[in-house]
Amino acid sequence: MKKKLVRAWARHERLVNLIALAVAVLYPLVFTSPYVMNIVIMGLIFSVLSISLNLITGYLGQVTLGHAAFYSIGAYVAAILATKFQWSFLATFVCAAAFSSLFGILLGLPTLRLSGNYLAIVTMAFGEITRLIELNWMSLTRGPMGIPAIPAPSLFGVELSTPRSKYYLILIVLILSIIVVHNIVNSRTGRTFLAIKGDSIAAEAMGINLFRYKLLCFSLSAMIAGVAGAFYAHYMSFIDPTSLSAGVSTRILSMTIMGGLGSIPGSIFGALTLTAVPELLRALSEAMLHWSDSLAPMARVLVESRQIVYGFILVVMVLVKSDGLLGGINLKYERQNMRMEEEAEKEAAEK
Amino acid sequence: MKTLLKAEHITQRFGGLVAVSDVSMEVGEHQIVGIIGPNGAGKTTFFNIITGLYTPTEGRVLFNDRDITGLKPYKVTDLGLARTFQNIRLFGDMTALENTMVGMHTRTGTTVLDAIFRTKKHHEEEKQCEEKAKEYLHQTGLYEYRYWLAKSLPYGLQRRLEIARAMASRPQILLLDEPAAGMNEQETADLMGFIEELQGMGYTITLIEHDMKLVMNVCEDIYVLDHGELIAHGAPSSIQSNPRVIEAYLGKEA
Repeated sequence: MKKKLVRAWARHERLVNLIALAVAVLYPLVFTSPYVMNIVIMGLIFSVLSISLNLITGYLGQVTLGHAAFYSIGAYVAAILATKFQWSFLATFVCAAAFSSLFGILLGLPTLRLSGNYLAIVTMAFGEITRLIELNWMSLTRGPMGIPAIPAPSLFGVELSTPRSKYYLILIVLILSIIVVHNIVNSRTGRTFLAIKGDSIAAEAMGINLFRYKLLCFSLSAMIAGVAGAFYAHYMSFIDPTSLSAGVSTRILSMTIMGGLGSIPGSIFGALTLTAVPELLRALSEAMLHWSDSLAPMARVLVESRQIVYGFILVVMVLVKSDGLLGGINLKYERQNMRMEEEAEKEAAEK
Repeated sequence: MKTLLKAEHITQRFGGLVAVSDVSMEVGEHQIVGIIGPNGAGKTTFFNIITGLYTPTEGRVLFNDRDITGLKPYKVTDLGLARTFQNIRLFGDMTALENTMVGMHTRTGTTVLDAIFRTKKHHEEEKQCEEKAKEYLHQTGLYEYRYWLAKSLPYGLQRRLEIARAMASRPQILLLDEPAAGMNEQETADLMGFIEELQGMGYTITLIEHDMKLVMNVCEDIYVLDHGELIAHGAPSSIQSNPRVIEAYLGKEA
């Protein structure tokens, strides 16, 4: 059953992608609830983040626990440039990407000779340091007061102020991230990442400069996360340190792992579901409160459980299917297998 | 005959342990050279020194008269030395074809920007790379397994794939670390024929091996290590009758 489904997907990948695109484009024309729209937009932002983390964790095979740092750096760079220097949206976007990427390299330079647990700890510390700097560099970031009144994104003089137009903007950002990551992964560079994940000693023996490629992967991933951050700043029009770091790294990691290591559709799936689940729990608990007062204690449990749902999913996934829901699925391999089987059948028929 | 590889007075100490002690060797073009010795004799350490995994405490390694001592493994590969591993180290979740294509890393040059923007260079090189890789798989008899994941290949074929991957880096010298380890008699016999084929194709080979039949049949020149020291060097016939070698393998007569 599962095999059949995967094969059908592999055979009609283009069609599936087109349908997904059509749904994404038509959605805001059909549904207009601003509440749901906000959740969907957050889901798309986290899709971009999850895809970018997948480059490091899923393809390069390195664990980082500080991915939100790049997201927040992107957001702060965009916010500061837009509010203090009145830079245009496109310029802040590009600058946020460049800055995050630069910090990816700065983090990588001293740390990428480490691996495994050590790298995880160092990246976690980096995330924490970034948060503390954002919290305490009052003159630049206004600390815990946050940066308000960030202008809405605008393109070529047209301000994208409606939720719908912002939705389309983040959709474009997501599609571009998908294309970029897909193209990287299916190339010489992508094979290099996978080789490093598979066996770093053998990879180096095959002529791969480990440090250089790890650094490249970090800077690319950080760049994409920075773009997501810049969009977030312009979308929310207000940012502060707590909304960008507390638990966000774990959230992104949960999405990437649940969706599937080394799977782009997996990352999107993980991001959308894990953004929706807490909201669904909230909606459910509110409905219960309306229904009857006697359900109140249970409703409270549901609301509280929103906080632990990420941790819970992470634990279950690691125990049950450690490479994530879609992690083991490689459509290219699936198509190659089908071709091989067809050839074998043809040969058998000729005999 | 041109000397390709030359190791001069290599010594490797790990703390108080002397793993390799004052070992010198030479490999000439188109030769098949064997390194043998009991377990723990320092053979793999010696290989690791040549390929840049360790920097020797003393001595130097010359490749084409160039000093490569202490160069990083990826640079050594780039210069034309490729190796396989005693305990197979393939990229298990990649196909045989992709494994071989990774082997061509140093002979290809598309950058990540070429990949992102899908430039002409990317497309051309990908195509060439795939065709070349298929050629190597043909030569190693793995073509029909090209889309198999490396981890799902039978053991003997995994060893072959390691060799194909090493060949893909177009090395001047192939260094094989115990290529027959874990193989049955038939597989070893096949491997023997294959190594001779490789020589026919123009490869220079240096191998570490425990299987005496293979070494004695295939190698022209043999170095024997024991406790990190070079105890004998010469043609197979002279090694077989060398008392020190017999002693190292079978123990001293009482």
